[in-house]
Amino acid sequence: MTDVGRHPNIKMLTMSEVVGIKGYVGNFKVEILKRARYVDESECTACGDCVKVCPVVRSDEFNEGLSSRKAIYSPFPQAVPSSYLINVNECLGHNPSVCSKCLDACDKKCIDFQMSDEKIVEEIGTIIVATGLEPYDPKELDEYGYTRYENVLTSLEFERLVNAGGPSQGEPIRPTDRKTPKSVGFIQCVGSRSARRGSEYCSNTCCMNTVKSSLVLKEHYPDIDIKVFYVDIRAFGKGFEDLYMRSKRYGVQYLRGLPGTVEELDDSSLRVAVENTATGKVEYHDLDMLVLALGMKPAKSTQRLQEMLGLQLNPDGFYLEAHPKLQPVDAATRGIFFAGCAEGPKDIKESVTQASAASVRAIRLMHKGEISAEPITSEIIEENCKFCGKCAEVCPYNAISLNKEKKIPASVNTAACSGCGTCAAECKFDAIIMNHFTDDQINSQTDAMLVEEPESKIVVFACNWCSYAGADYAGVSRFQYPPNARLIRTMCSGRVDEKFIMRAFEKGAPVVLVSGCHIGDCHYIDANKWTEKRIIKLQGKLEKIGIRPERLQLEWISAAEGMRFADVMRQMEDLRKSVSSEEIAETIEILENRKK
Amino acid sequence: MQVKSMTSADSEKQARIGVYVCHCGLNISKTVDCAKVAEVSKELEYVVEAKDIAYACSEPGQKEIVDGIIDNDLDRIVVASCSPRLHEPTFRQMLQKADLNPYMLEMANLREQCSWVHMSEPEAATRKALDLVKMSVSRAALLWPLFEETLPLTKRTMVIGGGVAGIQAALDLADNGYEVVMVEKNPSIGGTMAKLDKTFPTMDCSI
Ligand code: SF4
Ligand code: SF4
Ligand code: SF4
Repeated sequence: MTDVGRHPNIKMLTMSEVVGIKGYVGNFKVEILKRARYVDESECTACGDCVKVCPVVRSDEFNEGLSSRKAIYSPFPQAVPSSYLINVNECLGHNPSVCSKCLDACDKKCIDFQMSDEKIVEEIGTIIVATGLEPYDPKELDEYGYTRYENVLTSLEFERLVNAGGPSQGEPIRPTDRKTPKSVGFIQCVGSRSARRGSEYCSNTCCMNTVKSSLVLKEHYPDIDIKVFYVDIRAFGKGFEDLYMRSKRYGVQYLRGLPGTVEELDDSSLRVAVENTATGKVEYHDLDMLVLALGMKPAKSTQRLQEMLGLQLNPDGFYLEAHPKLQPVDAATRGIFFAGCAEGPKDIKESVTQASAASVRAIRLMHKGEISAEPITSEIIEENCKFCGKCAEVCPYNAISLNKEKKIPASVNTAACSGCGTCAAECKFDAIIMNHFTDDQINSQTDAMLVEEPESKIVVFACNWCSYAGADYAGVSRFQYPPNARLIRTMCSGRVDEKFIMRAFEKGAPVVLVSGCHIGDCHYIDANKWTEKRIIKLQGKLEKIGIRPERLQLEWISAAEGMRFADVMRQMEDLRKSVSSEEIAETIEILENRKK
Repeated sequence: MQVKSMTSADSEKQARIGVYVCHCGLNISKTVDCAKVAEVSKELEYVVEAKDIAYACSEPGQKEIVDGIIDNDLDRIVVASCSPRLHEPTFRQMLQKADLNPYMLEMANLREQCSWVHMSEPEAATRKALDLVKMSVSRAALLWPLFEETLPLTKRTMVIGGGVAGIQAALDLADNGYEVVMVEKNPSIGGTMAKLDKTFPTMDCSI
């Protein structure tokens, strides 16, 4: 930690939050709000003279409220920066006549009540999001009597208790009588792995944290009686099973089953009722102290930052990586990376590993000092633009700007455009050219495919990242399927214009399949939601004009679903066989009549 | 901006296409009649040269293609081989060596999406391969050169969050000579980690 504080290349802004971000990879402009500390960070020597005179006593957040601090304080002994700060809401004396005792006590005169919040703007090339976690709050549902019984602690409170620098100098005392407990119970999965309480996912670290805590206790107090109530112990990491076994050898009892109720007894100890699922019997255990192994939640700032940066979250609320295997620390937006629990619950080793990976990914992007933009971007034909604004609405990267009122046509910021082609597919006025995937280029493929025996062929539009890759994977796995489909590759399924599909039907295609990444996995944030809308709408339109809507299919196939790709190809072939030459001829006629 | 002036008609007029059908050893040629595909491709519009090649991506394979480009004054090519997801970067680089724009390339996927998935149907697979090449040739005729834009970049990283992950990322970057701005909402960095006593699996202290 201190290395960060004194590193010449690191500018550390504490008490600060990002409030605005503009720009794109390589050229972000970030607005930061730095709240006033009221103590000069560079001058304060952390002598602590001010603390002695401050009359305000408040509970100490760092020790989870188990000890107290003053209104002027240092967050914790090893804090970086070490400078003290004033909590202005607690301080009596913005007005020196009221208190200002600390002002007099500070020889170096580094306390300044006039200090104010600052707005700082930084020019930034890449961003690493390491916003961490929020522990699950057991107060919400009064889990296991946490709000009612003093001797029910959270795992974080327990950490502070057994910490030599903590409120009890490392003595694991019982809050009610300040005596060393004879028995301690740990309850696992508080706020994790439950659809009703907290979250459904596994928080990944609480099992091992409890194993660790049990060892810490046993090492100092071999006679202490420890019981762990669990669903199943997940000791999957390197060296983890070893620790778990060690804790068992020390006599820690692991009881399978989560307590149903917790009651306080007259001596403030706790009676736990639990169905031991190993024996199927309800058991009662009296314990001096209970520790709740809290799960992790995404940090509170997650959603705000997600909106500001245009990132995605997974269903659990953590940041979603660009690809779970190939780009596990990259955001889908170029130039943004994830490290630590922001991306999902993980332990320290994993966090550190991911952080190093993220920094290398950032360096890889920056080391040349310039950045090349893929030329597969869209371009506006200004004369055709009717200022409708549709393209700007659908672009997942906010790469298009225009002014409807002033009739300034759309323009594409090529650095921000990632080339999904959704804008070109949605523009009703043919005002957008998608480079390397132009209307003509794509239609020419359809035409060439359907020159001979169109009735025997299936036209498949496949996105580069998922469904085309899934087809490749079917090949690598040698999954055999009927040879009737021909794939047309686009970067994103969002590129597939209604016109392309109608063109295929006009040329005699019996079946058209549009395929892309699963919803939520789109390589272009959420461009495929426009694909879905478009296809559903078009199916309705086909029905109206007398073309069987089933002949247009939409399937989501991931890069890993080679088997599914082969299955889908078989389904498509069955569907194709159901389309007669008469039906095709009729379709062609319908479409030709509509043109006239 | 790349192309506004260049209509597809312009590029069609000039198109001189070479088609190279790769055997990939036996990977493709065991199922697809590569020589026939090359033969038929010769008759397609804009195609100046069409050949089958043992291994297109190998050194000699690439040389054969580059020679073909130079000898026939080709301005774009179709490589009918494996998936573009595999070798598109290879052949784009090769085009640069032959003084062509790397985007004047189209690939037909005869391996992952044809020979490997229709192994017991050589004739149907060959017909499909022909279609795939035809599709690629007509698309290739409409390609135009594209140029990568180079943009300036600020060599500076913002790390949002000063917990264990943020600290590690900041130090790695800073030690590599990059400037870092670390933004932490609390008065001290350290995050959740700083509150922990011992940490598993090593059971040593966290700070
Ligand atoms: S969708 Fe087309 S017409 Fe509408 S603003 Fe965009 S470019 Fe212009
Ligand atoms: S191609 Fe995609 S990313 Fe680019 S401007 Fe259009 S919608 Fe936005
Ligand atoms: S280019 Fe592709 S198909 Fe041809 S030899 Fe190389 S790997 Fe095989």
